[in-house]
This record gives sequence, structure tokens and C-alpha cells, in this order.
Amino acid sequence: MTLTINVNGRDHQVEADPSTSLLYVLRNDLELNGAKYGCGLGQCGACTVQVDGRAVFSCLLPLAAVAGRKVRTVEGLGTVEQMSPLQKAFEIEQAAQCGYCIAGMIMRAQALLDTNPHPGEDEIRSHMDVNLCRCGTHMRILRAIRRVARLAPGETI
Amino acid sequence: MAWTRSHLKLVAGVLSGVFVVCALTGLVLTYRPEIREIERPQPSSFASDVVARGEMLVGIGDCIVCHTSHGGAPYAGGKALATPFGVLFSTNITPDEKTGIGRWSLDAFRRAMRDGVARDGSFLYPAFPYEHYTHLTDPDIEAIYAFLMTRRAVDSPAQTNRLIPPLGFRPLLAGWNLLFLHKGVWQPDPKLANDLNRGSYLVEALAHCGACHTPRNIAGGEERGRAFAGGVAEGWNAPALDRSNPAARPWTADEIFTYLRTGIDMNHSVAAGPMGPVTTNLANAPADDVRAIAAYVASLMTRPAPDKTAPIDRPEQAAQAHPEGAVLFAGACAGCHGPGAPMMGQGRPPLSLASPVREADPRNAIQIILQGVRPDQGVAGPVMPSLGSTFTDAQVAELVAYVRARYSDLPAWPKLEAAVAKARKEGAIP
Repeated sequence: MTLTINVNGRDHQVEADPSTSLLYVLRNDLELNGAKYGCGLGQCGACTVQVDGRAVFSCLLPLAAVAGRKVRTVEGLGTVEQMSPLQKAFEIEQAAQCGYCIAGMIMRAQALLDTNPHPGEDEIRSHMDVNLCRCGTHMRILRAIRRVARLAPGETI
Repeated sequence: MAWTRSHLKLVAGVLSGVFVVCALTGLVLTYRPEIREIERPQPSSFASDVVARGEMLVGIGDCIVCHTSHGGAPYAGGKALATPFGVLFSTNITPDEKTGIGRWSLDAFRRAMRDGVARDGSFLYPAFPYEHYTHLTDPDIEAIYAFLMTRRAVDSPAQTNRLIPPLGFRPLLAGWNLLFLHKGVWQPDPKLANDLNRGSYLVEALAHCGACHTPRNIAGGEERGRAFAGGVAEGWNAPALDRSNPAARPWTADEIFTYLRTGIDMNHSVAAGPMGPVTTNLANAPADDVRAIAAYVASLMTRPAPDKTAPIDRPEQAAQAHPEGAVLFAGACAGCHGPGAPMMGQGRPPLSLASPVREADPRNAIQIILQGVRPDQGVAGPVMPSLGSTFTDAQVAELVAYVRARYSDLPAWPKLEAAVAKARKEGAIP
């Protein structure tokens, strides 16, 4: 079955069963390998992407449910040459150890910053609660998010 | 007959008399004296066995759940409670002298528990379930007081409630109490066995189960004639605990015990929403007390002999009726709930046994998809991811319709999409 999905502002024709998870389509069909397969059960957050601005587990999102909605992955945020402020902050804080969870962490954090540019500590922590990092770099991840949350208007990182 | 000046005077006199009588009656009905402040009692002045008993009682009474804000200090209050009448904030029940109950005497504390009146004479809102605590025995109130007064004092001032006018005017609660507060210490029923009496006391007074599981009338009072017929709390159904309980397999006392202790039972479902923290607390309560609660609740249900018919599963029929729901289920749910999924090998109940699928309204089936199941921090327990952002209202509605058709033989729920929109609103953190 051919379905059209919009990822990072571009429409893509995808040939897949409508119950296929968005994660598989992103990685296998569109070769957007930022989002990772961790548990496949919505319990770790490594596959987190944004749909209509909200952070979701792409491993639990059937393709059929994506039609007409806008998907954004870490590849839509910035490039190695031109990183987004949040990506830059993750680099400055050296927030990645093995890096497996980081794309998901960034996409979840960005969803918060997009609706609330200056979240408080409680808001950051409860928002990030569902994404896990097995290396234990949570403190660095939180520092990176805080770094962006504290930017004054017009200030760059 | 023409109105003369003297007629008018007479009428005015009668009216002002009536007014004065009303005002005085109102004052008498609504006036509660302040109870004098005391020096904060030294923690060492309480006997340690009484404090320990208080800790056990406070656990069964679930005090910490409402009196602790998200990530806040235990018992320091500040949790927002959404009610049909607006948002209330729980208060600080640590022994802080300025912002807590540090200068409350035992008498003042007892009056709050029994009458719903604060130390300063102001009325408390019945979100604080004093209509249940009023039935507690004196020694139990004393032990709860001893436990709370020996906690760490936390400076945490009360936050301003956001209630629908004129409900911010507390003397109105005198009228509520007149209608709905039925005082009197709980008395054992000589016809009941000891454990049922213990269970009855815990359920009716301390654990205040009826606060959620009994329907409330338009004024927010529990409908006494329909005790345990099921209510609504924080956007979730609190299922009926009487004969109308919707379980596919009638609950036994042992199963209720397992559920209350662990938050899950193989023949029913998982404790979700506001029930989750209740089971977290009961996991640490004395086993005999939880058994007594289970025995009493089982006695309320009195359903016919357990029916162990095979679980219903009609995938083809359901997919025909709800093809979109079938696709969504396959992609999002079957990895855990489908036949042969790893989770099903761990003794988790099939969806056909889960009460939310069988209830008369879809509220819990929707809420569990929107919010998921998340044990308290640091507590082990079943986890289900929240899918509220993953799916639109229409998609959740499709999914719920499919699950109902596949896993039950009950009639389809009407107007599901509107129900999803409503559930989102009701379940939002205030």
C-alpha cells in the first residue's frame, strides 16, 4: 500500500503495510537513522520524534496514523555544519556517551522548548522523565537543556 | 384595603425581625470557635509505638497522595486537586508552626478530622474526606496526630484555591455539612465476622474508598443510597464495588488482596490513574489489614459463583467493524497485548478480562490510552506508555471501538470521539 507522509517538511511516498511503525519507515525507507530502535515497546524513548510538535515514540506509531500530520526528526533540526542551539548545547555539555538515546532526548526536549522556551527545573524533569539513558548521562542532558532554556531573547549559544 | 403607614411599619418590622433571626441562625450554624494555639509538641513527647501505629494508619488513609505536590516534600501540601467546583490546593500537614499544623493541639486536629473545621474555626473543603474520617476511633486519630507531629516541619504556605464563586465563602460549608456529614464513630456489626468488621472500619472510615467509588450528587455529596455504585475521580471511573462491578470474572477476596498489594491481578487489570498510588501505599500496609479490606469489598460485590469462561477474542469481527482501529492496534498495541506477545507470557491479564473494556462508559479505556500506566517513582510495577500525543482524538476513538468489539460482547460505546476530547480535558493536570 502506498502512503504519503510528511517528514521534515517534505512529502514522501512510502510503500508499506499501514500498521508498520513510523520508526521502521524512517530508518529503512527514508534512511533517516537518527531515531533509534531501543525497546520497541514505548518504554525507553530512543525512537522519539515529533508529530505535530509533540514528542512521540515512533516505534508505537503506525504509519496509518501519520497521514496528514507533520513528522520532525533530529535530521530536521540542524546539520553538522549548522547545528540547532539545542544540538550545540548537547555538544558543549558533552551530553552523549554512547549516543544511542541522544536523538530521542533532543527531540523530546525540543518539543518542550518549542512550546515553552524557558521551562523551569520541574517542567524539564517531568517532561524528560520518560526517556532513558543507560549510560547515565542524565545530568549532562539536563545541563544542555537548561543551557538553552536560559538563553535570553536574541542570545545565541 | 389601602396600605397605611402603620401597615408598612408592621411589614417592615416583621421583615427586619425575620432578617435578624436568619442572621443569628446563620451565625450560630456557621460559627466555629478558634482552638487556642499550643507550643509545638516535642517529637520525643510522643510514644514511639503510637507514632509507628500512626504511620501504618496514615499509609492506609493515603494522606501522602493528596498532601504532597509533584516532587514536593512529603505531607507539605500544594497538590492541585481538580474538582467539579474548581481547583483546590491541599495544605501543609507537617508540624511547621507557621504554615503547617505545628501549633495545633490534639483537640484541634480531632475537630478537623471529625467536623472538617480548621484550628482557626474556618471550614475545610470536603475534598478532605472528613465525612469518612469522622468515623475514626479516638486512639486512631491520636496515633495519626502523633505520626504527623513527628515529621520534619516544612515551610510551605497554602496556595490560593481557584473555586467557582461563591464557593470561596467557607461558611457555606456549614450547609453542606448539615446535609452530608453524618457523624458518629464507626461501630462494629455484631453479626459480622471480626475480619469483616475490621475491613468495614478501614473501608468506610480510614481508607475512605467511597470518596471515589460512591457516586456524588450535584452538590458533591456522596449518594448514600448508592454506596459503592461507582464514581469518577480525576477523569477516571472509580468502578463500582457493589453487585454492578463490571469484571468479566467476579473478584474473589484473594484477588482483591493481590490487586491492592501489587497493583495488578491476573484475572482483572492494573491499578491505573488515582488508584495506582493507593496500591503503592497498601503494599506496605499490614497484610492482615489489606486482607480485611479485600474481604469486606468482596462481601459488597456478592456476585454469583466465579465464571471462568474463556476470554473473548474476536479479531476478524472487530476488524470488519473497525478496520482503522485494527491497523492502529496492530501497530501500537499488539506488541504487548496481542496473542503471543512477550508481556502476555508474564501472566498479564488479556484485554477481555480488563474492567475498562467492560464498563458502561469508555472513560477508563480512553484514559489508559491517553495517560498510560506509570508506577510512582522508585516503585516497580507495570508500565504502559502514554499515547495521548501519539494519536488524535479520532484515532483514539477508533482504537477504543476496536478493542471493545474485539475483546467484549458488549454493545459499542456511542460518541467516542467526543468522549476522547472530554477525557483529555478531565485528565489534564490542573
